[in-house]
Amino acid sequence: MSAFTQWFNERAPGLGVAYKKHMTEYYAPKNFNFMYYFGSLALLVLVNQIVTGIFLTMFYNPSAAGAFDSVQYIMRDVQWGWLVRYMHETGASMFFIVIYLHMFRGLMYGSYKRPRELVWLLGMFIFLALMAEAFMGYVLPWGNMSFWGAKVIITLFSAIPWIGETLVHWIMGTLSVPGDPTLNRFFALHVVALPLVLLLLVVLHLGALHEVGSNNPDGVEIKKHKGPDGHPLDGIPFHPYYTLKDLVGVGVFLIICAIVIFFAPTVGGFFLEPDNLLKANPLVTPATIKPVWYFSPFYAILRAIPDKGMGVLALLLSIASLFLVPWLDRGKVKSIRYRGTSYKVAITIFAIAFVLLGTIGADVMPTWLGYLYGNNAEAIVSSNLMIARILTIVYFAFFIFLWVYTFFGLEKTRPVPERVTTHA
Amino acid sequence: MADESINKGRRRFLTASTAVIGAGGLALTALPFVKTWLPSARAEAIGAPVTVSIAKIEPGQKVQVGWNKQPIDIVNRTPEQLKWLAKQDPRLRDPASKEPQQPKYCQNPWRSIKREWLVFIDICTHLGCVPDYEGAVKPEPWDPEWKGGYYCPCHHSRYDMAARVYQGVPAPLNMVVMPYHYIDDTHIEIGVDPSADEIKQIIAANEKLAASLAKGAA
Repeated sequence: MSAFTQWFNERAPGLGVAYKKHMTEYYAPKNFNFMYYFGSLALLVLVNQIVTGIFLTMFYNPSAAGAFDSVQYIMRDVQWGWLVRYMHETGASMFFIVIYLHMFRGLMYGSYKRPRELVWLLGMFIFLALMAEAFMGYVLPWGNMSFWGAKVIITLFSAIPWIGETLVHWIMGTLSVPGDPTLNRFFALHVVALPLVLLLLVVLHLGALHEVGSNNPDGVEIKKHKGPDGHPLDGIPFHPYYTLKDLVGVGVFLIICAIVIFFAPTVGGFFLEPDNLLKANPLVTPATIKPVWYFSPFYAILRAIPDKGMGVLALLLSIASLFLVPWLDRGKVKSIRYRGTSYKVAITIFAIAFVLLGTIGADVMPTWLGYLYGNNAEAIVSSNLMIARILTIVYFAFFIFLWVYTFFGLEKTRPVPERVTTHA
Repeated sequence: MADESINKGRRRFLTASTAVIGAGGLALTALPFVKTWLPSARAEAIGAPVTVSIAKIEPGQKVQVGWNKQPIDIVNRTPEQLKWLAKQDPRLRDPASKEPQQPKYCQNPWRSIKREWLVFIDICTHLGCVPDYEGAVKPEPWDPEWKGGYYCPCHHSRYDMAARVYQGVPAPLNMVVMPYHYIDDTHIEIGVDPSADEIKQIIAANEKLAASLAKGAA
């Protein structure tokens, strides 16, 4: 083995150096907790999406006439095709679960703060690319929800003054409804362009992270205290320590994924909507148009505003606000452990509001309200809208609070320890 | 942290067992992906058996049907064509059909279940063209001694009336006889072997017929 390593290093010394820098000599804080699983899990899901995606393209037919049938062909005729597709479809939802938790981890422990603003920004661009990737992927099976989802989302662009109409035609490639040109370009973007962008962004995200080093649940900089060997006293090499820790997380995660794939691949219509088992029909709109669950919080914000242009603006702003977090939050203390009580309350309310917005966007809230109001449809609709509006205000209020709270020095923080709290 | 010493044996065992189980899991996961490349249910349906009525095929006439996306020729051989069949042997590469180009029950001088009826895949064993049926016993530009058979337009390979390849042509093997059986006297099913009992009867009947023909010729 060592002879081989030597042979290799003599010919490609850079690879060995890179391996050391990012694996065996990347010192990560030793106090990572449960929330730190989701970065590596996101990477795992990305690999899953690429591998299963490559196999799906081998049988998929990107044409309006053939797409739906080719997906059914994959599900029924291709040997193990159902497994490959369900892995891809479950992977898409898992990607968002993992990414949302990963982002929330960043908010909790202030991982977006100096010197990690760029890591956060690149991560947000990954989130953006992922949303585009997921949306276009959802259009490809050309079911009725694919079709109407594409139509509705593309039509959002018509809210842009002056150029809106032209832009919609440019995106669709047709003058009326999504068709072959739309499907063909979405296919190209979904399987080639966006995956390349995603991979590049992931490399940059990790590269930027490994320059500044990982944050941790205590929000202290481990590089401040180095041992005589020059390595952080509270750091441990990523490999083998965290690769092995993550392996445990991977095991649990894969068991959960397997349960979904084998026993409930549609998750009651949340991962895969029933309307998408009908072929795209430009003449029949599904009874309720709703995006897949992972877009539902943003969709609820869109619907909460009773004006087309303002609704789209609010939707964009809800995502843009997340980009701005490193500059909105002026607080010096990173981790939630040592931040003011108001911050803890605010971020908890923000998280609850985000989830509840999701239940509204996914049309779950009206069912809950039904238990309260019985058959009074009018009351259900009006209180659903009222709750959506309150939650939208709460969502945006968090970002305003974050700035006011920290900019004017209203936060009463607790003392931050010098070293991570678990050191021996 | 009381004992800092490393139990290398245990560490090696854990590393190796993790690696082996991980590799096993990966291999099992890879299996469905590899299998997606196998013929799908649709592809297998294309290879499903085809039933053909042969009631209206006149002697000397050929009918072509599709099976498994391949041209299947069914020829009602005339007594004249059959008469010349045995006499072609010295000019053929594999007159006794020793190469496994046909099911066992068709390994006889006429390469078929019933002597009159030739059923085979009309694909040249050279490069996969579809040879033309030239059934007439008359001198042809490619063979003044032509006794009927198949002529490949691509590279001039020639086959006799039992789809056996002649010597001196590019094709190396006799054309393939695929599995088929008679449902009744006028219907054959392509793609399905006869039952084991039927196979025994077919082989016995053809051996008997070949022997009596040989005696008659002598």
